[in-house]
Amino acid sequence: MTAAQKTAALTIERLRMSIGGHDVLHGVDLTLEAGRVHGLAGESGSGKTMTGLAVLGLLPHGSRASGRIAFGGRDLLEMPARELNEVRGAKIAMVFQDPATSLHPMLTVERQLTEHMRHHLGIGRKEARERAAGLLAKVRIPGPEEALKRYPHQFSGGMRQRIAIAVALACEPEVLIADEPTTALDVTVQAGILRLLRGLCDDLGLAVLLVTHDLGVMSAVADEVSVMKDGLVVETGPRGQVLREPRHPYTRSLLDALPVPPGENSP
Amino acid sequence: MRSPLARFLVRRIVTALLLAVGITLVTFVLTNLVPGDPVAANLGQRALGDPAIVAQWRADHGLDRPLPQQYLMHLEGLLHGDLGTSQQSHRPVLDDLAESVPATLELAGAAILVSLVLGVGFGVVAALRRDRLSDHVLRVLSLVGISVPTFWLALVAFYVFFFRLQITPGSGRIDPGMTPPPQVTGLYTVDALLSGRWDVLSSAAGHLAAPALVLALYTIGLLTRFTRSAVLEVLGQDYVRSARAKGLPGRVVLFRYVLRPALVPVITVAGLAFGSLLSGTVLVEAVFAWPGVGQYAYRSATTLDLPAVMGVGLVVGVVYLVINLVVDVLYGVIDPRVRVS
Repeated sequence: MTAAQKTAALTIERLRMSIGGHDVLHGVDLTLEAGRVHGLAGESGSGKTMTGLAVLGLLPHGSRASGRIAFGGRDLLEMPARELNEVRGAKIAMVFQDPATSLHPMLTVERQLTEHMRHHLGIGRKEARERAAGLLAKVRIPGPEEALKRYPHQFSGGMRQRIAIAVALACEPEVLIADEPTTALDVTVQAGILRLLRGLCDDLGLAVLLVTHDLGVMSAVADEVSVMKDGLVVETGPRGQVLREPRHPYTRSLLDALPVPPGENSP
Repeated sequence: MRSPLARFLVRRIVTALLLAVGITLVTFVLTNLVPGDPVAANLGQRALGDPAIVAQWRADHGLDRPLPQQYLMHLEGLLHGDLGTSQQSHRPVLDDLAESVPATLELAGAAILVSLVLGVGFGVVAALRRDRLSDHVLRVLSLVGISVPTFWLALVAFYVFFFRLQITPGSGRIDPGMTPPPQVTGLYTVDALLSGRWDVLSSAAGHLAAPALVLALYTIGLLTRFTRSAVLEVLGQDYVRSARAKGLPGRVVLFRYVLRPALVPVITVAGLAFGSLLSGTVLVEAVFAWPGVGQYAYRSATTLDLPAVMGVGLVVGVVYLVINLVVDVLYGVIDPRVRVS
């Protein structure tokens, strides 16, 4: 594990969180490494999404978080709002579950792809536009120049999620948090999005946190897997180890619930 | 090739013109259905006893022809800008309306402007400070604004601020003895500004303030409530969270991501509210002796001055049409989905 610790991009330590006095996370530990996909599994309500949101300080109103989220030598939980805003979107980006609602319906794709680029990187309109077209090509949107002028509702669900991923990558972040990025999509589209994420992780050296309740998705792309239950990480390790020789009974029950054993349906 | 927005505009304008023709028919039919004989309302007792005079009067005013023919005559007149002659003032209805309509538009326009600024502003503040003291205070105030009857408020405001405290000028549009500014728009404040008559401007604005605020109170309350709930709904949307995750500055998130979508329902309500503002002017104009279309309509209706009543009906109908057109166009400007699909 020493090699892994050297390249740790983001470390979550003893993360606790409560909403209105009700405890949701009970001390979560996670390490994300550059160029690796870390899968975070668990059933609904286990705290996967909240862990992802906590990294960006996007927790719901009335919640408190404690512990430590180390990134670039700083603790994100201690960071003042203004400085955190310079990390969000620029160094750590997020892709949400439903691309039908996560893009602004009244703004063009160009505006949504370039506004944070221009804000964080301080580049001009023309340069931002060129980079945006390049990003759309990278996530394989056909006709990037034309696509920039269009609105989200003029694209299919899979295309919208590709656009959302392009938006997340625009400022070349070091960490990408993908919260159930394929759940709202057709099964036929899911594999394409996962391959895209995997490829981006390898090519750009991104550290990816892939939040999903789907162990099939997990087995297809994740390098490391952590399993959450009731606000705690109950098991963590390399994909093959966790999915083939689970040590925690909860992991085993999740695996038993799969129709096809993991590893046999990977793309 | 025309842009989608231009096509959308043309379609809306054509619809509005067709509706305008419909309005002329409706005002004409409704006016003629009114029980009551204009003859009895306009001729004295002695003249009414003389059938020859009555018949002559009816013939002079075209009332002896069949209704469809009367309607066609009415339409033909409208095309020439002739709305008939008022039987009370013995002046062309168009001239009467040219004096009273701008007065009402100035009053209602000022009221809706104030309502939009304050109502939307209060609504946004209440939503952003949800469940805090300022939110509670604004919600109670907006409820008061909606509940208080306008005519009562007009009387109280006139009594308190004019008779007792003497901080507002009295009735009318400007101080008595002051000559109105040269007419360009008919709105005294705007005309005074255009001609550089600062004394008239301050007098006109002073006279406008109290009735406009009284009229606006209801719409301020209404818009505060609608804006608050619209903003709260948008704040819960995923794309607002996306905007925060992108690290955009707070004001960009507020204006671009929250306010823009929230304005769609607010504009709908504002358009409807402008309609109720226009009917509210009848009472406010009466209390503040504002020489507007509300007073004119009231006088015309009680004396069965049919050409004048039809003229008022037409003007009010057209104002509604224009407001709806503006609301439709604003939808198209704000939300691309309206014009693209």
